[in-house]
Amino acid sequence: MNETAQEQGGFYTEDMTISVGPQHPSTHGVLRFVVKTDGEVISEAIPDVGYLHRSIEKIGEKVTYHGYVPYTDRADYLAAMFANQAFCMAAEKLAGTEVTRRGEFCRVIACELNRIASHLISVGTFGQDIGAMTPFVHALRERETINNLMEEICGARLTYNYIRIGGVGYDILPETCAKITDFIDHFEPIVSEFNRLLSGNKIFIERLAGVAVVSKEDALSYNLVGPNLRGSGIKWDIRRDIPYSVYPELDFDVPIGTAHVGALGDSFDRYWVRIREMQESVNILRQCLKMMPKGPAISKVPRKFRPPVGECYARVEAPRGDMGFYVVSDGSEYPYRVRIRTGSYTAMSIIDKLSKGIMLADLIALIGSLDVDAPEIDR
Amino acid sequence: MQAFIDQLIKDGAFAGVPKEVVYAIAMVVVALVVLSAFVAPLAGVTSWLERRVWARMQSRVGPNRVGPQGILQWLADGIKNLLKEDLIPSASDAKLFSLAPYIVFMGFLCTFVVIPFGANLIVADLNIGILYILAVTSLVVVGILMAGWASNNKWSLLGGMRSAAQIVSYEIPAGLSILTIIFLAGTMSMQGIIKAQGWAPWDWFLFDNPFTFAAFFLYFTAALAEGNRTPFDIPEAESELVAGYVTEYSGMRFLFFFFAEWGNLYVIGAVATTLFLGGWQVPPLPIFDNSPVLLGIAQFVTFFLKAYAWVFIAMWVRATLPRVRVDQLMGLCWKYMVPLSFVCLLGTIGFMFMPADGRRIFGIITFGFALATMINFFRRVVFQIRAAKPELYFKPQI
Repeated sequence: MNETAQEQGGFYTEDMTISVGPQHPSTHGVLRFVVKTDGEVISEAIPDVGYLHRSIEKIGEKVTYHGYVPYTDRADYLAAMFANQAFCMAAEKLAGTEVTRRGEFCRVIACELNRIASHLISVGTFGQDIGAMTPFVHALRERETINNLMEEICGARLTYNYIRIGGVGYDILPETCAKITDFIDHFEPIVSEFNRLLSGNKIFIERLAGVAVVSKEDALSYNLVGPNLRGSGIKWDIRRDIPYSVYPELDFDVPIGTAHVGALGDSFDRYWVRIREMQESVNILRQCLKMMPKGPAISKVPRKFRPPVGECYARVEAPRGDMGFYVVSDGSEYPYRVRIRTGSYTAMSIIDKLSKGIMLADLIALIGSLDVDAPEIDR
Repeated sequence: MQAFIDQLIKDGAFAGVPKEVVYAIAMVVVALVVLSAFVAPLAGVTSWLERRVWARMQSRVGPNRVGPQGILQWLADGIKNLLKEDLIPSASDAKLFSLAPYIVFMGFLCTFVVIPFGANLIVADLNIGILYILAVTSLVVVGILMAGWASNNKWSLLGGMRSAAQIVSYEIPAGLSILTIIFLAGTMSMQGIIKAQGWAPWDWFLFDNPFTFAAFFLYFTAALAEGNRTPFDIPEAESELVAGYVTEYSGMRFLFFFFAEWGNLYVIGAVATTLFLGGWQVPPLPIFDNSPVLLGIAQFVTFFLKAYAWVFIAMWVRATLPRVRVDQLMGLCWKYMVPLSFVCLLGTIGFMFMPADGRRIFGIITFGFALATMINFFRRVVFQIRAAKPELYFKPQI
């Protein structure tokens, strides 16, 4: 029809193709979407991944098992602890290595602190995407405290290399435990302050309620994981359903989307799940600090780590969902193959479907609510 | 000044040019110099203030290196931007691209002509003062649209289009709210509007009746939207449109847009002060009787503080609220603000039939109500600050 109008010299319109990214303020790293819009309304948004590929999987074939742990940090640098843990769990499964009990508790404490830090980044930048600048800075302020704690625990602030095969690199000292307790006592009121400032804000709710709704069926068929899946009302958490480490002994709730303000599975539900997961992590931390036994933090693991021939898959519940390491051993010092499965990669695939007919501003809200993280997509 | 120009003419500096033309040009030059000398620091200091206020609200420090408390930061930024390369993208429409920032800047600079800083401190007390402000601020939209179009960038275009739709729409509620005041004052002259009010809060038009009270907030909201301020900053929505219509700009041209934005912030406050808050009116204290200079200073300070109170509130709003979506923005304007401002207009007209004593009583009642609301609000603020454990982060003197 447009062509006819054009031939007759009449009024015609055409779609505008915009490249959102790779250097766009709200793609959080280097993501790219090829967006076709009619004015502000998007007709399609095709994700373009691969800008941050660092061949972490291939590197795994060239370094020893012990030597690969620091590389796993970089799979998702906002939640490095989880990649550490998943890889170490895979290696331990292959070799049948025992993890000391104190080591398990240290792992859980470090992971849950890391989960809070990662979710803080997620909800903070999400607020910034919607235009609220202050909550972002407040969230980063709290994350800074966690970074300080992490520095005390393992000497690094972002890429930890803390969890080792057989346990953890360094024991968590009693004075650090006291500091963690101080932090979580201080953090709980901060969450409610954050809710007063951002989550309860009328404009914020209006922007998110009913936007980019992921139905239960879609969430399952697109293989969403983690908070994105739970936001659609499906109670699935690796920590609860395929328990690992000491999680079975801990008492915690799995928050799911409740259509709090809009439809079930909308952007606000996904955001709200993250807020409540931070509170659950605080619960877990309190229990762990109480239950932590004495003993060695790491078991005796040979320096030349040669697991028997075999293959295994270990998965953990990372902040961006189910993170899995598939490791094949050929009996040598080096893994034969390492494959990483991450949550953000599958979350990217649903953006194309959800973005049809929404506005440009909603696309940004959608990307933020799925909490896709560029390094984790490409690895 | 005139003696100086007379001297120059006598010395034959402008041989062959008629005397009147020399005077006219000299007047324009002097006015521009005076305005720029006042306006540039004003916009600059506003930018510093915004960054500091913002930083405090976000438990950061903000600029504190250049000058005492960083107050000269704007000067350093200005020099930096002046020294930058003047980039004009090759695909852009070069003429429009270079012109756009000046049009935006002009649109805001011209408003200062009629802003009454004191009883005698005004460049020109036009009898159509407020109408003139409405007219020249509309220039801004031309400049922004020009910038968006000439940049030949899709983000800029989207930003420019958003801005045009937004500013044109929000001029209606703003204009209607201003109309209520014009009815009350019976004049469009800025000084006339101020003189129709008194120094006491219950003599202000803000508390004249409940409808003007509502009209004030309608005006302030609409003015924020016209000035592209959060929560209506969608034309330059950083997270959506990269930088909107300023995406392709750099250096001094970029700075001109922000000059206009920060200067506009002051204009919003000044116009609100003039229309609703009694302008420069000061109580008739005995010390002012024999000293017009002191009176002038008191008036200037009063006006300045009142205007800056609203500048501060605009900053506060910006630090607090997220951004609305473009369709919600339009919905807010046409579904709520336009009908409400019509109601305010009609209600005020109704109130004008009331005898003067009755209106005064209503003024005092409205004022009491507003005072109670404000006290309650500050109690809430103090409560929230206490609940947030600010002693951990709040150090005002960093």
